Amino acid sequence: MAARTLFDKIWDAHIVQEISDRKEYDPAAPQSITQLYIDRHFIHEVTSPQAFTGLKEKGLKPFRPGQTFATADHNIPTMGQDKPIEDDSCRIPVETLGRNCEEHGIKYFRMLDPGHGIVHVIGPERGITQPGMTIVCGDSHTATHGAFGSIAFGIGTSEVEMVLASQTLLQNKPRQMRITINGSLKENVTPKDVILYIISKVGTAGGTGHFVEYAGDVFRNMSMEGRMTVCNMSIEMGARGGLVAPDSTTFEYLRGREYAPQGEAFEAAVERWSTLHTDKGAAFDKEYTFKAEDIAPMITYGTDPGRGMPLDGTIPQCDGSGRKGLQYMGFREGEKLIGKKIDYVFVGSCTNGRIEDFRAFANYVKGKKKSPDVTVWLVPGSAEVERKIREEGLLEILNEAGFELRQPGCSACLAMNSDKVPSGKYCLSTSNRNFEGRQGTGARTMLCSPIVAAAAAVSGKISHI
Amino acid sequence: MKAVFTRIENIDTDQIIPARFLKQTSREGFGKAMFHDWRYNGDGTLKPDSIFAPYEGASVEDKPRILVAGRNFGCGSSREHAAWAIADYGFTAVVSSFFADIFRNNALNNMLLPVQVSGEFLEKIFTALQQDPETSIEIDLAARRIIIVSTGEWECFPIGEYKQNCLLNGQRDIDYLVSTKGLVESFEKERK
Repeated sequence: MAARTLFDKIWDAHIVQEISDRKEYDPAAPQSITQLYIDRHFIHEVTSPQAFTGLKEKGLKPFRPGQTFATADHNIPTMGQDKPIEDDSCRIPVETLGRNCEEHGIKYFRMLDPGHGIVHVIGPERGITQPGMTIVCGDSHTATHGAFGSIAFGIGTSEVEMVLASQTLLQNKPRQMRITINGSLKENVTPKDVILYIISKVGTAGGTGHFVEYAGDVFRNMSMEGRMTVCNMSIEMGARGGLVAPDSTTFEYLRGREYAPQGEAFEAAVERWSTLHTDKGAAFDKEYTFKAEDIAPMITYGTDPGRGMPLDGTIPQCDGSGRKGLQYMGFREGEKLIGKKIDYVFVGSCTNGRIEDFRAFANYVKGKKKSPDVTVWLVPGSAEVERKIREEGLLEILNEAGFELRQPGCSACLAMNSDKVPSGKYCLSTSNRNFEGRQGTGARTMLCSPIVAAAAAVSGKISHI
Repeated sequence: MKAVFTRIENIDTDQIIPARFLKQTSREGFGKAMFHDWRYNGDGTLKPDSIFAPYEGASVEDKPRILVAGRNFGCGSSREHAAWAIADYGFTAVVSSFFADIFRNNALNNMLLPVQVSGEFLEKIFTALQQDPETSIEIDLAARRIIIVSTGEWECFPIGEYKQNCLLNGQRDIDYLVSTKGLVESFEKERK
């Protein structure tokens, strides 16, 4: 058999059928569309209500409700979760999700449940996400799950409805890209810096139409949390998803998790999962190679995630869209960001809301004091992350330094709930998007790692680490 | 058909519809919030220089039907609300030199046609609309052709035969997928 990529192996194992999709204008393009079987489907309160309504209107029911898992994360408050959600517009979608899950027998991790949290944090944490699977969710950051060596991608609500109704989707097979980084990362360079560096090189549209395999020493040596941070932001370079070949790090992470195979079944699964890697000589449509040593702690200066530079760098010359972004941010070409005062710090989200992120933040602020001029939101990605923060003694460190911990949710990543950055204010954020208005109307976002965020939370300005 | 244009590139779905408007649990009525922060000031008053300003309060017949925008349109969040909002406003097609993947699928699933043209042709459309905002753009889906009526310039755009037929005949993926249940069941049995 011809050499295949990791992506090919998973894709091929999920083809229900190929349907003719001739493209006379481009004979080189795939001439068929694939009906792809979906192993795991995650849903949340924002992109699923209309899908359930659509099913009802067509007289349909979920086909395999046992393969769908639900959580409420986007709309929920991150304080006072034991009280009813005050804002009707936030409460109604959450209640609608609960009702839909109950009616159709779908597992729902509701607020305050020990398994609750951001959809892309709890899927892996519960062991629902496994190597070799096809995984979808009505959320672009579904790419996160690719860290386990699975094909995971974001879909729209019409597609959520299709998966509920048939457990399949019609998809054109994407092109494939490989990004290889060998060598050792410098001190204080985190997975977030790696992906911000990659996006700054590839561009926000460089990955469009592609799935990305991350290969090389840097990803091999990365923890699962780190791989998730990297894969999570694949979408920010336009890619549908990203994946890392599963290895012993992956298997050890999954061992004993609630929904992972147990005992002998786990060992059998490991044997199967071990075949999931790109064969020697397999071809990619695009290849990039970077050096680990070239990557520094990063920060973004513009209004798309591709506008990133080293923390101590100088804002480069920009094109038209870039200049519009600088105007919004109140920055100029040729300016340095080091030393700039900031108003908010947000640590959390499906990108950097995992235990390692809070360990890194706590490690930096230990024995220091929070700046009185900065509002800091520390939001764990899940109830399990919150528990670990307590168990590992991180909460004491944070409290002593003057920080408080909120409850799990998407929080200030997207200004859908009560955590919003006011207009004109600067926020150093560990989330994934610095788009205009993303964290609140007029809010100015700079993306960075939890360590860069910690330094600013202490000093009140963008600081060297 | 009447068109409106912006040269801005990388228009993300947070621009098309900010997250705070995603709380409604039905598909209808998102047109009001389409490009909300481009159209309205913080106090709810209209921004007079927005590309949509001339059409605020206009009837559906007087509104533009084609949105022309810079490359990498619809990047970012997968929210289908972006496609719903654009369609609900009254647009039937979006023209750009490049579309983000998820937006393209969402648009097609809502019978909103994403028309991908070359960078050069996009520039021609911008120029024609800049010179005369009333310039008519025609899109012929059966022939996969987009035409600037005033100059007669045209280009073919890519769309696979499958989706082309779906759009021409008003067929939706979901109806087909549900009809394959038997096939899906045998797939599940075989892989066990």
